[in-house]
Amino acid sequence: MTHFSALSLLKNALTGNKNWTEQWPDAQPKKEYDVIIVGAGGHGLGAAYYLAKEHGITNVAVIEKGWLGGGNTGRNTTIIRSNYLYDESAKLYDHALDLWDNLSTELNYNIMYSKRGVMMLAHNVHDVQSFQRHIHSNRLNGVDNRWLSTAEAKAFCPPLNVSPDARYPVMGAALQMRAGTARHDAVAWGYARAAAKRGVDIIQNCPVISIRRAADGSVDGVETAKGFIRAKKVAVSAAGHTSVIMQSAGVKMPLESYPLQALVSEPIKPVFPCVVMSNTVHAYISQSDKGELVIGSGTDQYVSYSQRGGLPLIEHTVAAICEVFPIFNRMRMLRKWGGIVDVTPDRSAILGKTPVKGLYVNCGWGTGGFKATPGAAHLLAWTVAKDEPHKLNAPFTLERFTTGRLIDEAAAAAVAH
Amino acid sequence: MLLIHCPYCVDTLPELEFAYAGEAHIARPANPMSQSDEEWRDFLFIRSNPRGLHAERWRHIHGCGRFFNALRDTVSDKFSVTYKAGRPRPDLEKAVQVPK
Ligand SMILES: Cc1cc2nc3c(=O)[nH]c(=O)nc-3n(C[C@H](O)[C@H](O)[C@H](O)COP(=O)(O)OP(=O)(O)OC[C@H]3O[C@@H](n4cnc5c(N)ncnc54)[C@H](O)[C@@H]3O)c2cc1C
Ligand SMILES: [Zn+2]
Repeated sequence: MTHFSALSLLKNALTGNKNWTEQWPDAQPKKEYDVIIVGAGGHGLGAAYYLAKEHGITNVAVIEKGWLGGGNTGRNTTIIRSNYLYDESAKLYDHALDLWDNLSTELNYNIMYSKRGVMMLAHNVHDVQSFQRHIHSNRLNGVDNRWLSTAEAKAFCPPLNVSPDARYPVMGAALQMRAGTARHDAVAWGYARAAAKRGVDIIQNCPVISIRRAADGSVDGVETAKGFIRAKKVAVSAAGHTSVIMQSAGVKMPLESYPLQALVSEPIKPVFPCVVMSNTVHAYISQSDKGELVIGSGTDQYVSYSQRGGLPLIEHTVAAICEVFPIFNRMRMLRKWGGIVDVTPDRSAILGKTPVKGLYVNCGWGTGGFKATPGAAHLLAWTVAKDEPHKLNAPFTLERFTTGRLIDEAAAAAVAH
Repeated sequence: MLLIHCPYCVDTLPELEFAYAGEAHIARPANPMSQSDEEWRDFLFIRSNPRGLHAERWRHIHGCGRFFNALRDTVSDKFSVTYKAGRPRPDLEKAVQVPK
């Protein structure tokens, strides 16, 4: 495959762009691999890349039931930040932010990481106290996050309605400047291309039906739509479908799968300089480089695998956006969609070993795992290669639901992306 | 929008009148003192989260206010049946085709 550079762009422009080679081959499964990763989202593809690059394990397959990046990776609103409350989470997400910084160069693929700042609005006294607590805790962890007065918030994001008689008054905001957005598809494509270049097989349109265990209980491989594929190590990174796959290996998960929806508007000229989140009214908004407003909502209330979600939620979200940004209230929305997110009881991820030898799991990222993509991928690769967790993901075990050592971001943030 | 049948009001009404309340038939242990950590984990945190029929609780918050149970397919979001709290889960598995 071609290395992307100014020179290769120029050369291909001069030859009518007819000589670009494919970015990764469409692999067919071999009989056996050292490691199989179930799910070609950003997390799974990234893990394959880091297995090859950092651990020299290249006999790896990433198996995907649909097309790569077609799960939540290609459906999310791409908010990236790391200002989480607890030490464990702040360190984990900040590790991901460090990797985002250099990812375009590392992958030789423009993932369009834009540090435009994420501002979280406080609408009531509880929000003010909770965000300030986050800011103090972040400072102790060396994570950038600061408090803005109402006037400062308005200056940072001019479309914001800060009128004192607004339905959702703005009492201030927390701002993480290092935070922002990235191009979600490019993250999947960039990792896929870089992994394939190092010898990883990416097998699409091949659902994993179940995990097969050997007589001694350890992992033997996976049953797929294209037959049995052997591997002594299998890592499940299947977001909303994790419960179903893990069940086939006899492991019951503390997960529930909910639809999460988003929508985009018609494209307009640049008007929105940053990302704004309002957890209290459940509305998240930024503007893509194409000019569309990208708007995210909260999860639907019931468990579902339908990848659809209900209209009442969209109505609620758009109503909130129109209150906070009245400037947008005559805009037309172009399309909406849903993804299935895997939610844990404490809203923290599970990334580590399982009771089954050779079986690893990376899940529970719920409504907020895009930002973690490079970090989760890097740590999953480490855990699989060394058969033990890295110190950053060591607290994010499955056992914490037995020991009670939860990482309770749910109580800390109610809901957040 | 889902249309949900309240077995108390005997009426089929829009989702907006109802609040979802999690998986059904998870009984609080009769003798909490003798529960092991694993049993607590299963009770508090493990959920069946099936792709297919799911027994779940709903509450008619903007109506009669009562809790009831439902069987719903999590792939199509279609309700098969709703029934009063305290009743056992109806055995529909044989009758209903669960799409894969
Ligand atoms: C609408 C929406 C908005 C969001 N907004 C944000 C945000 O702003 N910021 C943020 O940080 N996060 C956000 N998230 C969450 C984020 O998208 C996810 O946490 C993250 O993308 C998960 O990445 P992944 O690679 O683990 O999962 P996915 O990209 O979902 O990858 C899992 C893959 O596994 C495949 N799979 C499933 N079952 C099988 C099987 N049996 N066999 C083979 N393959 C299988 C799926 O097809 C899928 O491609 C949002 C999610 C949604 C739905
Ligand atoms: Zn009723």
